[in-house]
Amino acid sequence: MNTANTIAAIATAMSSSGIGIVRISGEEALEILSRIFYPAKKDYNVMELKSHTVVYGHIYDGDTLIDEVLVLYMKRPHSYTAEDTVEIDCHGGVFVVKKVLEAVLKNGARPAEAGEFTKRAFLNGRIDLSQAEAVMELIDSKNEYAMKSSLKQLKGSVSEKISSLRERILYEIAFIESALDDPENIPLEGYGERLKEAVEAMEKEVDNLIQSADNGRMVSEGIKTVILGKPNAGKSSVLNLLIGEDRAIVTEIAGTTRDTLEEHMMLNGISLNIMDTAGIRNTEDIVEKIGVKRAMDNAEDADLILFVVDSSENLTEDDERIMQIIQDKHAIVLLNKSDLDPIISKEEMERKTGKQVISFSAKQEEGLDELSEAITDLFFSGNLDFNDEIYITSARQKNALVKASESLKQVNDSIKNHMSEDFYSIDLMDAYEALGTIIGEAVEDDLVNEIFSKFCMGK
Amino acid sequence: MSGKNNVLKEEYDVIVIGAGHAGCEAALAAARLGLETIMFTVSVDSIALMPCNPNIGGSSKGHLVRELDALGGEMGVNIDKTFIQSKMLNRSKGPAVHSLRAQADKQEYTRQMRITLENTDHLTIRQAEVSELIVENRVLKGVKTVSGAEYYGKAAVLATGVYLRARCIYGNVSNPTGPNGLQAATHLTDSLIKNGIKMYRFKTGTPARVDKRSIDFSKMEEQFGDEKIIPFSFMTDPKSIQREQVSCWLTYTNEETHKIIRDNLDRSPLFSGFIEGTGPRYCPSIEDKVVKFPDKNRHQVFIEPEGEYTNEMYLGGMSSSLPEDVQYDMYRTVPGLEKVNIVRNAYAIEYDCIDARQLYPTLEFREIEGLYSGGQFNGSSGYEEAAAQGLMAGINAARKVKGLEGIVLDRSQAYIGVLIDDLVTKESHEPYRMMTSRAEYRLLLRQDNADLRLTEIGNKIGLVGEEQYKSVLKKKEEIEKEIYRLEHTTVGGTEKVQAFLEKQNSSLLKNGITMAELIKRPELSYEILKEIDPGRPVLSDAVKEQVDINLKYEGYIKRQRSQVRQFKKLEGKKLPSDMDYYDIKGLRKEAMQKLDQLKPVNIGQASRISGVSPADISVLLVYLEQMREIRRS
Repeated sequence: MNTANTIAAIATAMSSSGIGIVRISGEEALEILSRIFYPAKKDYNVMELKSHTVVYGHIYDGDTLIDEVLVLYMKRPHSYTAEDTVEIDCHGGVFVVKKVLEAVLKNGARPAEAGEFTKRAFLNGRIDLSQAEAVMELIDSKNEYAMKSSLKQLKGSVSEKISSLRERILYEIAFIESALDDPENIPLEGYGERLKEAVEAMEKEVDNLIQSADNGRMVSEGIKTVILGKPNAGKSSVLNLLIGEDRAIVTEIAGTTRDTLEEHMMLNGISLNIMDTAGIRNTEDIVEKIGVKRAMDNAEDADLILFVVDSSENLTEDDERIMQIIQDKHAIVLLNKSDLDPIISKEEMERKTGKQVISFSAKQEEGLDELSEAITDLFFSGNLDFNDEIYITSARQKNALVKASESLKQVNDSIKNHMSEDFYSIDLMDAYEALGTIIGEAVEDDLVNEIFSKFCMGK
Repeated sequence: MSGKNNVLKEEYDVIVIGAGHAGCEAALAAARLGLETIMFTVSVDSIALMPCNPNIGGSSKGHLVRELDALGGEMGVNIDKTFIQSKMLNRSKGPAVHSLRAQADKQEYTRQMRITLENTDHLTIRQAEVSELIVENRVLKGVKTVSGAEYYGKAAVLATGVYLRARCIYGNVSNPTGPNGLQAATHLTDSLIKNGIKMYRFKTGTPARVDKRSIDFSKMEEQFGDEKIIPFSFMTDPKSIQREQVSCWLTYTNEETHKIIRDNLDRSPLFSGFIEGTGPRYCPSIEDKVVKFPDKNRHQVFIEPEGEYTNEMYLGGMSSSLPEDVQYDMYRTVPGLEKVNIVRNAYAIEYDCIDARQLYPTLEFREIEGLYSGGQFNGSSGYEEAAAQGLMAGINAARKVKGLEGIVLDRSQAYIGVLIDDLVTKESHEPYRMMTSRAEYRLLLRQDNADLRLTEIGNKIGLVGEEQYKSVLKKKEEIEKEIYRLEHTTVGGTEKVQAFLEKQNSSLLKNGITMAELIKRPELSYEILKEIDPGRPVLSDAVKEQVDINLKYEGYIKRQRSQVRQFKKLEGKKLPSDMDYYDIKGLRKEAMQKLDQLKPVNIGQASRISGVSPADISVLLVYLEQMREIRRS
């Protein structure tokens, strides 16, 4: 369990501007800074930084240089939270801000809960009493949002892996605990060896997840962009054109993309997370049906929808259905196959959808510039909400994975040192809890239920 | 006494309803604290009865008894007087899960407890069935018995165990009695419901008792007690209780047993729906085990003596509510029981109990001032769980009468705290049993340090004498001094030391190291190191044990201590009982309902209610701060 009382988070909205501030608040703020910050002037001692002065230097994670930064230290109570506060002003762009935050977390801070800086500011008397209700509502809405977005952004495969890991950990704990509770019935002889194998396998899986978190493959960061269209409208071609590679299989056969493909790309400095979906149509094919269902779900959550229309054919029932879906959404209509003889006109589509319509040819790579411009305009006009909570969410998730990995290593050490089994159980439980925070599940009565359902015990 | 109606009227300070393990502790605590106390039982002969298993303690239950003893309860003392076998369980495992268990001579246990009760000042024992509560304006005033007699008191403790509307069942036989054919209490439930108390119906069961002369022990494994007997009570001198011990025996069921059970499931009241109550999952009947774990081809059966001077033996592991003839058939398939004669049938018992979330952590009803409850009536199971609650209910009832604040142990102080907090906070659909895995700080809540944790509290309450308290203080000091010495004693790599380490298969020293560091090595211990520790003072085994554990597991202990500090912060933030949770903006709907329903006493308890999220807790913290500010200005 992480009980650290110094918290950290990215304090600025994560935009393409590339400047971000990492804020640390709590007793150990300065100490944590001293572990990662090297001032340019060699004679500066970080622990003796003067309050409210800015210092220039570099942030390191171990031996690796991460970024050149400006650091501002504010001694308590003269800060927003009325606690010792450090702000690290990073220059290296979105990715680097995240790395700096990770270094801070690795060195003793805990990721701030949603609204926690404000909560602390209030509890320490920094915010006027009359604002208490606003603070409470803020905590409420922020948490709701954080929880939703963290689950929403977590890729399905990742959450499945974590659930499976948790199940296996819980099984081991339950086994140990039932043996402790009913020692004459359930023996633990030779169990350490068995557990060692299981734990090593789990450790590897957790470490793989940490790696994929590093590569940004765990959460989908960026504007969630979903490509919708009836089968064979050319959705996959549009995706391929956008990301510049043949990722999605393109065929003449309607219904080829049966699942959802996901790609990440930067467009004029804007981070896009693009999903190609199964074509939307009424279908009896079960696999395809699932694909269609998924496409609809994704559209529901999307920040931006690219609606691909086959301009060489008349609008169908399926097109009408999609138009319904995009009504209240940010959407851009791509009149695809402009190289063929168009039947549907740009004006007609604009009238029908009320959205911006771009004449497009995936085949001849026409309309791409116009599309980029349209997305960029939407973003910088502030019409596209950028979900900056995702970055802190992903940092939190990685932090939890690292904790889980450490706990599993501890189990291994305990086995090596011939500690008794009840100690394995303590560290396994820590790993179980840490993983639970990623998928938003608390512990509650899991263990007792597992014990009774899996092991026959008691006289 | 009133002349007008010819109704008996008496007045006491504390009224205890029930004389089982909870009732006895409650009555003793109240009387010992100087309050005039009356204890009701349906039968004086069944005081402190053990109607199920013939032992006290066991995993985590042993912890409860130790804690109860340190606080000034009676169970530990009584079992030390009456045990016939004793065993420390989990000895090969970590110190946190060592657990003491003793086989009791049941009759002797009852007899000794009765002697203690009868010789306690201020305590009156009365055989009568309490049928009604007298409550005025939500304040308890007294109780009525079936004869119409009225007993007035300033506080009462309900400890009715499994007797309320009890029903004993096997096959299609259903007897409206408590355990062992004792009279059930049939009237009180109505009065409780009338007073707004929410009732549950639970069930439990017990195996048959058989005649020792009909058992072939040669087909079973003998189970001995420990060579060196460790007492339950911190006040019992270990030397005074070393004795010859009686053995238990182990045998197993087999496929034939299971077949008979499966073939007769349609005659089991458990599966036919005849039994409505919810049973405990941790002590399932043999039919439950066979149905739920079909892959297990055998289950353990422990044959345990019911006493030293009786031939009755208890068939641990084979509780059942199957019909009599099936019981015979299935028991007789077990090796060693081929010719067994049953003395008492196995049976299931159904009874009324409460949803304990109606109680404050002091075990007082939120809606009826002065009314407390403890034991199986609260939805727990087990003698030890009952006794622990009875003690706390008795203490708090007494303190109520004296106008003192209630005593609540928290989850970081004692298993008793975990037990009561779970009962009053979490929804439970089965009889609750203590388990070490329920204690999140179990490394700190060991059975070996219950005296160090709780004697001071027992002394403050007034149930532990000065002498006992001082001896614990002395023990504490000796432990601290010795730990300090070991942390400041450096060992160098002398020839003698290196030779010693080599002999112990421990790596040799390159630099100096403290004795405390050496103890941490898995292959070494305080005891082993005495060879190279000439400056060691003479200390008792109990002190040595504490020194060893505290140094050896220092890392884990420190970790749990720091977790406890976090925990205490939230426990310290009190929530007033008149909070209007529906008025707090930012709380989620579900949280509002749950908080309003359970009225937690502090933020810590609120955080453990299912359906209350961390965000809700943040909101509560902000709200409390706001209230504090308003009051200040």
